[in-house]
Amino acid sequence: MWTAVFTIALIALVAGLGLSFASRRLPSDASDLVEQVNELLPQTQCAQCGYPGCRPYANAIVDGSAGINLCPPGGDSTVQRLATLLGKDVIPLVEHVETSVAVIDETLCIGCVHCRNACPVDAIVGAQHFMHTIIESECTGCELCVAPCPVDCISMKALT
Amino acid sequence: MEFARRESPYWSARVAVPALMLQVLAALVPAAIAHVWFFGPGFFFNLLVASIFAVGGEYLVMVLRKRPPEVALTDFSALVTAALLAFSLPSLTPWWVTATGTLFAIVVAKHLYGGLGFNIFNPAMAGYVVILIAFPMHLNLWIAPRIGDIDYQYLTILQTLKFTLTGILPDTLGFDAVSRATPLDVMKSGLNGMRTVSEIRTNPIMGDFGGRGWEWIGNFLAIGGFWLLIKKIIRWHIPVGVGIGLLLPAGIMYLVEPGTNPSPGFHLFSGAAILCAFFIATDPVSAATSTRGRLIFGFGMGFLIYCIRTWGSYADGVAFAVLIMNMAVPAIDYLTKPHIVGHSRRGGSP
Amino acid sequence: MTAPTYDLGKLHGGLRLPGHKLASTSAPIRDVPIPEQLVLPITQHVGDPAHPVVGIGERVLKGQLLAEPDGVLSAPVHASTSGEVVAIEPWPVSRRHGDNAPCIVIESDGDDRAIGRSEAASDLTTLQPEELLAQILQGGVVGLGGAVFPTAQKLMQARTGEMEYLILNGVECEPYISCDDMLMRERAAEILSGAQILMHALQIDACYVVVESDKLDALHHLGDAMGELGDDRLVLKQVPTIYPSGGEDQLVQLVTNREVPSGGLPSDVGCLVQNVGTAAAVHDWIVGHQPLISRVTTVAGDGIVNPMNVRARIGTTIADVVKFTGGYAEKPEHLILGGPLTGKFISTDRVPLVKATNSILVVFESSFEGRELACIRCGDCASVCPVQLLPQQLFWYACADNETKLREFGLTDCIECGCCDLVCPSHIPLTEDFRMAKGRIRELADEKARADRARRRFEARNERLDREKQDREAELSRQKESARKAGPAVIAEILKRKQEKSEDD
Repeated sequence: MWTAVFTIALIALVAGLGLSFASRRLPSDASDLVEQVNELLPQTQCAQCGYPGCRPYANAIVDGSAGINLCPPGGDSTVQRLATLLGKDVIPLVEHVETSVAVIDETLCIGCVHCRNACPVDAIVGAQHFMHTIIESECTGCELCVAPCPVDCISMKALT
Repeated sequence: MEFARRESPYWSARVAVPALMLQVLAALVPAAIAHVWFFGPGFFFNLLVASIFAVGGEYLVMVLRKRPPEVALTDFSALVTAALLAFSLPSLTPWWVTATGTLFAIVVAKHLYGGLGFNIFNPAMAGYVVILIAFPMHLNLWIAPRIGDIDYQYLTILQTLKFTLTGILPDTLGFDAVSRATPLDVMKSGLNGMRTVSEIRTNPIMGDFGGRGWEWIGNFLAIGGFWLLIKKIIRWHIPVGVGIGLLLPAGIMYLVEPGTNPSPGFHLFSGAAILCAFFIATDPVSAATSTRGRLIFGFGMGFLIYCIRTWGSYADGVAFAVLIMNMAVPAIDYLTKPHIVGHSRRGGSP
Repeated sequence: MTAPTYDLGKLHGGLRLPGHKLASTSAPIRDVPIPEQLVLPITQHVGDPAHPVVGIGERVLKGQLLAEPDGVLSAPVHASTSGEVVAIEPWPVSRRHGDNAPCIVIESDGDDRAIGRSEAASDLTTLQPEELLAQILQGGVVGLGGAVFPTAQKLMQARTGEMEYLILNGVECEPYISCDDMLMRERAAEILSGAQILMHALQIDACYVVVESDKLDALHHLGDAMGELGDDRLVLKQVPTIYPSGGEDQLVQLVTNREVPSGGLPSDVGCLVQNVGTAAAVHDWIVGHQPLISRVTTVAGDGIVNPMNVRARIGTTIADVVKFTGGYAEKPEHLILGGPLTGKFISTDRVPLVKATNSILVVFESSFEGRELACIRCGDCASVCPVQLLPQQLFWYACADNETKLREFGLTDCIECGCCDLVCPSHIPLTEDFRMAKGRIRELADEKARADRARRRFEARNERLDREKQDREAELSRQKESARKAGPAVIAEILKRKQEKSEDD
């Protein structure tokens, strides 16, 4: 019997050493993983997760400092896909938001370009002192343009 | 005129699960009658106990799971599990042994995994293994078949019933007087005792292929199995796989060294080989799903049965072979995905 | 002249189904009289809606253009009889299960006068293939097997590749539907003539006319017509009566043993498939100068008193068609346009019969039974799937909403034939689940595309800001450099000027 115990213990030891060697010495694809996580995020760059953009949030997820449930625009499906990619548990999303786009009230707009500079995907067009407008097909609903507007002319319209 | 909405197809499905299960039970009836004919009414009592605990256990578990019990009970799968377990046990089995095995099979192996359609392991075999480990002595209490020329004291119906209910044998008969080795036991102990196959086969319990009485049950199980094949309740891939997996190594070893290796016929008609091939391995939930996968699944099972019988310490390896191949099913399914029409054959989408 | 059944490819799976076609094929095609009102949807084809060219109050003649094709993939709509356009308004249509879509409503004047045609070329050999295709477009011909893909565009797309075979689909494998069978019996010569026109348009030398082996009358009539025509490019082929051999990709595989690539078309493997009804419609337009204004439709099912095949003008409401056949049986529950396996439910019989309506089926709910149980992994669904998918796995992943696995296991290749539904002992509504899963995959793909575009724009914006910053810094250092080279005197001069300026303000 002792032969058997000794043999199994030896196999376990060798296998364990082999695995720890592999995990330390073989190249790990951390940057590759950040790229993969970023691919799953909705790219609204809205900072609702607390990070200044989707890539910083992806970095935080990969190094473990952020949970996978912080992205409201991504919805439950993004949490699910992140969980599958990273082998983590599915946790409830912090907040559910519905998809919306920003709309400029043209009667109030003064052409100050504050909103245009705030938009992370350049979805607002308009030169200084000229009317601004939002390209609805490019707007991600991140709401970063709402606050900078000095005349409060931007509102969010839900997409049905 | 207005009409109600309904999605296609507008056609009735041709089969239903309860009907399938009833057909399987019907196919077992000839073998059940043969079993009672050769080994007495004990089988019938075991079947009764197993059925009661299977149905009762399923009802309780469904209530605990807060699901409607009739959904599970009306598909008759619990009765099939009970029947297969009854076929695997000796006819002299106390009720608590049968009950333990059945309850484990239904509650743990089936419902704790999610119920019908979600279990990984064959419930009957899981229940059998629990009995094997918890009550090994009772699984040695096989009796001799009723064939007239064996010196054996057969129990009456009442004595059998008393044993099933209380576990107490009649006063004049001890445990050793009642129990007889199965043909597989005889073969194994004979080979271990360095006797040749032909010497072992002079034992009066041996018949043309397997053991007497057992062969007949095997015949009727095969008839039931072919009936299921004709009615397309089961497909040929698994039974053929099991058959080849068992008979190929048996045949090779028999041709090479007939003195110390029993014939393929012996292997086929002994123990639960035929029961496994047609009824146990073909349980759709725990078997592989693709056609190639099923052939591999059956072959692996037959091969494992042969290995355990020849080199393992158990006389019959069916239960363990089934459970081991159940574990291999996800891998088999993953590796045997069929080619999708229109996709390139070299793997991956076009 | 019997057709050969040898030399066929192999189709996996499929089911032999009871045909239920005897009742509707026991009498010749009957013509539904022109109703008082015809409702013509502007869009009766796949693609961009047509554009109306008539106004309310205008008098139109039979065969007159009512709506012209608009866009790359479009087809015209013609008046089915003479009369007055009384409205162009929303009306319940079959494309939307009984919800509304724009339609041109004509009140017939009873004269059924046809529009006069300038002498179009009736001799095909004088028409070049390109001209022929343009002509076919104007005839309003679309795929009459039910897919209603504009035929001219389908031919134009096929011309971009090397076409070897024209395959005429007379298989009609779905139960109850028998309109093609009757058409082949009564108008075999016109079908073959249409085939010849199509072959000329595509410069193809081989044509297979494929019919199920139990359609003996149709085979007989087609054989006779072929004999009379004497064109040895046309070959009659029989296939076994297995559903769904009539599907386009399945037919190509069966007849030529070639697999249509996933996401591709039969033209990718050198084949063009056309329904026999479409071929007859091409003949009617090119030779007979009659655009597509009527079609043969099967009216059948337990909810119909007298099952039969009818020829009705496009625009006749289903209610009128059923009334002509003898009406509904007592309390029917479901109205289906199409066959029992691939048809679509309609909530009202006010919808008009359109180019896509190959069959009207009326059935009762009680004929479907069975409670849905869990999948027991019996694998019967996989053994009948003509595309060799694993429906049990697709079902598993559809329940888990696992988009990657659904794609990997080929959900987008599912042809929604319904075979898996029919054999499932647990009565799982697989086809319905797969339709929903396909919708979900499309949704997720759209989301991903939007996210990718947003990310690209974000990265482009960052690059732009970086570039602007670099340009500014370069400009600043350049100015500093030139100022330093110029010497302290110039700097003092500039500062003095600045001071004077601020004193002035």
